[in-house]
Amino acid sequence: MIQENNQPGAKGYLDMELLRFTTAGSVDDGKSTLIGRLLYDSKSIFEDQYEAIEESSKRKGDENVNLALLTDGLRAEREQGITIDVAYRYFATPKRKFIIADTPGHIQYTRNMVTGASTANLALILVDARKGVVEQTHRHTFIAALLGIPHVVFCINKMDLVDYDEDTYNKIKEDIESFSSKLDVKDIRFIPISALKGDNVVNESENTPWYKGGTLLYLLENIHIGSDHNHIDCRFPVQYVVRPQSDKFHDYRGYAGRIAGGIFKPGDEVVVLPSGFSSKIKSIETYETELDEAFAPMSVTIQLDDDIDISRGDMIVRDHNRPHVDQDIDIMLCWMNEQALIPNGKYGIKHTTNDARCLVKHIHYKVDINTLHRLEEDKSIKMNDIARVTLRTTKPLFYDRYSRNRITGSVVLIDEGTNETVAAGMII
Amino acid sequence: MKAYNLTHLKELEAEAIFVIREVAAQFENPAILFSGGKDSITVAHLARKAFYPSKVPFPLVHIDTGHNFPETIEFRDKFIEELGAELIVGSVQKSIDEGKAVEEKGYNASRNALQTVTLLETIESNKFDACMGGARRDEEKARAKERFFSHRDEFGQWDPKNQRPELWNLFNGKKHFGENFRVFPISNWTEMDVWQYILMEGIELPSLYFSHERPVFVREGVIMASNGIVPQRDTEETVTKTIRFRTIGDMTCTGAIESTAASLEDIIEEVASSRLTERGTRADDKRSEAAMEDRKKQGYF
Repeated sequence: MIQENNQPGAKGYLDMELLRFTTAGSVDDGKSTLIGRLLYDSKSIFEDQYEAIEESSKRKGDENVNLALLTDGLRAEREQGITIDVAYRYFATPKRKFIIADTPGHIQYTRNMVTGASTANLALILVDARKGVVEQTHRHTFIAALLGIPHVVFCINKMDLVDYDEDTYNKIKEDIESFSSKLDVKDIRFIPISALKGDNVVNESENTPWYKGGTLLYLLENIHIGSDHNHIDCRFPVQYVVRPQSDKFHDYRGYAGRIAGGIFKPGDEVVVLPSGFSSKIKSIETYETELDEAFAPMSVTIQLDDDIDISRGDMIVRDHNRPHVDQDIDIMLCWMNEQALIPNGKYGIKHTTNDARCLVKHIHYKVDINTLHRLEEDKSIKMNDIARVTLRTTKPLFYDRYSRNRITGSVVLIDEGTNETVAAGMII
Repeated sequence: MKAYNLTHLKELEAEAIFVIREVAAQFENPAILFSGGKDSITVAHLARKAFYPSKVPFPLVHIDTGHNFPETIEFRDKFIEELGAELIVGSVQKSIDEGKAVEEKGYNASRNALQTVTLLETIESNKFDACMGGARRDEEKARAKERFFSHRDEFGQWDPKNQRPELWNLFNGKKHFGENFRVFPISNWTEMDVWQYILMEGIELPSLYFSHERPVFVREGVIMASNGIVPQRDTEETVTKTIRFRTIGDMTCTGAIESTAASLEDIIEEVASSRLTERGTRADDKRSEAAMEDRKKQGYF
């Protein structure tokens, strides 16, 4: 039966935080069931949605209402019972609003997981308690680390099928700790759950008295995400120049953009790249409001004291803390297109608000994402492959290492013939 | 130490403004698709904030089915005048008169699907290369897989299996001649977020959203306005109810809910305790489980 809805009301809603997380698991790990369970037990499912899946479950002859059906979006997915593309889900509790990037576990797994992971604060990785750590667990953990997701939560699922056995859970936990120590993940957590039965998802389980941590929802609601943005290195990629052609704002010249790092204040001495001209921040505005300070990820408009020539793709920074400025850039690349990478091929490149062209100058190695071995001999980069390459760009980019700043450290490559986005890159 | 955290509404706002500015920067001739509903009003409001003190640098396009509520049209004209933007109207009636669209027959006839014809024609004749809309991913299952920048071929079609990957905030708006994009700046917002934002920003809305008395009739559990536009069976009795609309679309497919919510605060409390999705009152989504996906593939909003 559907429960009373538990959406946050008018009060308290105005100071909620936003947490973006991605989910990964292999086929049949119960990922869709877990998402369905989170939505259902947090009372985020509406009656008409529930009735629709109740009816579909009956038609398919399922014994219970199949919560996994909540997340199947496209007709082909429903027919084949699989997820094809990244789907975004939303739910809220009185503490936080959540955006789930639900990525499929099988075909095009890497491409989709990388996409979902690119904006996530947190990754949920499912492990089947009966099977323990499998190849895909390595793969998912590697991608979470590669994409710099600050928090990784391993849900040891299907605990009901191993009689909620503590030793089984501990063994899996140790296995994960042992291989993830080789990867750069800041914060790792473990939770024994049963998505099907609801143990430790939203409600604490009586079946795992040996587990002292909180439920998954408790963790999602309380994990500290305040430090996930870079508030140290001031980076303002100019996105659009606001020049109103009106009498009232005749001399107005504002630089609109989204702060990619650091904290800006009026009066700050700044430098504009690539010209290197210095100026001072006259004002920082959003609409009619002047701000005392602004920080990532705010969208603002900045005015400077001096009238200098600045356009889209330029970057406003502090003199004593500049980004790297270079045309030879090393990246970890995830190839996302059916057309394989062409060695020495030319591609369009997007970086912050900058567009350029680039040449794939050198392929260093490909990563076997199951074993994490470097394949130095294999230089054929196909869909879902991860490789380290050096790019030569047509003009200098102003960048930080991806591990330092996910916005100024990321690029995408574009096929100049098809205009498709063919690769994602994390600058090393 | 001071916490440099944005609230979720501020973060969603920052994201939407970034997307709208990307559209202005990456396209030559963009437009906002404006239905007069709360979602497109929110997008237009965000556009105003994105370019202030400049005026919104693109026109608003309204696809008029000819079956809009008079309140919607009245609101539209006032809103756009205040915004100082240009209004372009695409008329479904004109498409029908010219034989480009064929009116549905029967009691459930709706011009909702015909909008696609007029929309594609309006995009083509005005040479728009990007149209921003207020669609949200939480509205419907097929929309959950939509990108912010959604590529359409020269027939305006959406190919859900062949979408461009979208990473970080790097949006790829590159296209061939004749192709265009649909862009959805409030993709990540929920119905509740939109209402909270409207309250926070003090955005004005059409009166249809607020509780009022209206002659209506009930068809298959959906409350429809009784006003001579929607064909009504003899058995479908007209009664006066205290209602409001949760979404605003064409009169032939927009259902009302019984409600006494007369202020934004009331509506938010009502949405918070609602047990039906807002599209639950839309007759157009009830046609089949994949109704929205089919319409989107053909070029619907």
